[in-house]
Amino acid sequence: VIWGVVVALAAINAAFKAIGPALLGGRRLPPRAAAVFALLAPALLTALVITQLANGPIERVAGVAVAGVAALARVPLILALVLGALTAALLRA
Amino acid sequence: VGLRQGIKLGLPVGVVVATIGVSFGVLATGAGWSGVQAIVASLVIYSGSGQFALLAVLASGGTALAAIGAATLVQARYLPMGVAVAASLRGGPARRAAESQVLVDASWAFAHKGDGTFDREVLIGSSLPQYVGWVLGTCAGVLVGDVLPDSESIGLDVIFPAFFLALLLGELRRARGPLAAGLAALITIALIPVAPAGVPVVAAGLAALIGVRRR
Repeated sequence: VIWGVVVALAAINAAFKAIGPALLGGRRLPPRAAAVFALLAPALLTALVITQLANGPIERVAGVAVAGVAALARVPLILALVLGALTAALLRA
Repeated sequence: VGLRQGIKLGLPVGVVVATIGVSFGVLATGAGWSGVQAIVASLVIYSGSGQFALLAVLASGGTALAAIGAATLVQARYLPMGVAVAASLRGGPARRAAESQVLVDASWAFAHKGDGTFDREVLIGSSLPQYVGWVLGTCAGVLVGDVLPDSESIGLDVIFPAFFLALLLGELRRARGPLAAGLAALITIALIPVAPAGVPVVAAGLAALIGVRRR
């Protein structure tokens, strides 16, 4: 059973990634399609943030908020992430 | 040059991915998988969210079909992400399909240039350390068991959402970014209580369709 699901998911995963590039090839996108893909980034990132915070522990939410404020203040990305993790760790200590 | 820059960007992410790989190795063997099965899963699937979905459904007594279904929904976001990067890869359709296999959330977001096109070298370069970290982390988890302190107690669960948030803040500075993000937030929040995992993220991608309208 385990081998079966592993192989099946590997194939499905590879197919999801490959379908677009295999079908579209190097075709230049019309400007409207390019605009849609440019906006896919903020849309998907928003959804990823929310799904990882919804029902998550409050310390995680606090840590992510601290990291977000640090990033807004132009703190380097790595430092912002460390500050966020540290916040959660201290709240749990 | 872009490749080296990508690897540099991906290295810290790779370290975090490795710690998640350790927990996958530990949890999988704890759930009755053999070490080889866990390591091969990380080698050929290379997706934390998909592999944890498999584990969770199987461990709660779900059927193989239910496990594959859940993981498929979680992975479905790679379809629109793959369509988005297609034009930025190189070579014929087969080569592009092969290159697209490096796709993961973090590399995709790193490589986005902001106008709907992607930096191929950054995409590939930033994926490398993550792949190595994911596989080595899984090996460590399988072979040595839980070498890490509880990852939540040191705040590691903050890293990925915080990382996505930081990238999102950059995207919000672009035209219509805030509108797309706001719509995506509404869709996600509305669907989380009612839809299976993975569906809210894919549905939120529909918010990008506001780009069809000319400004």
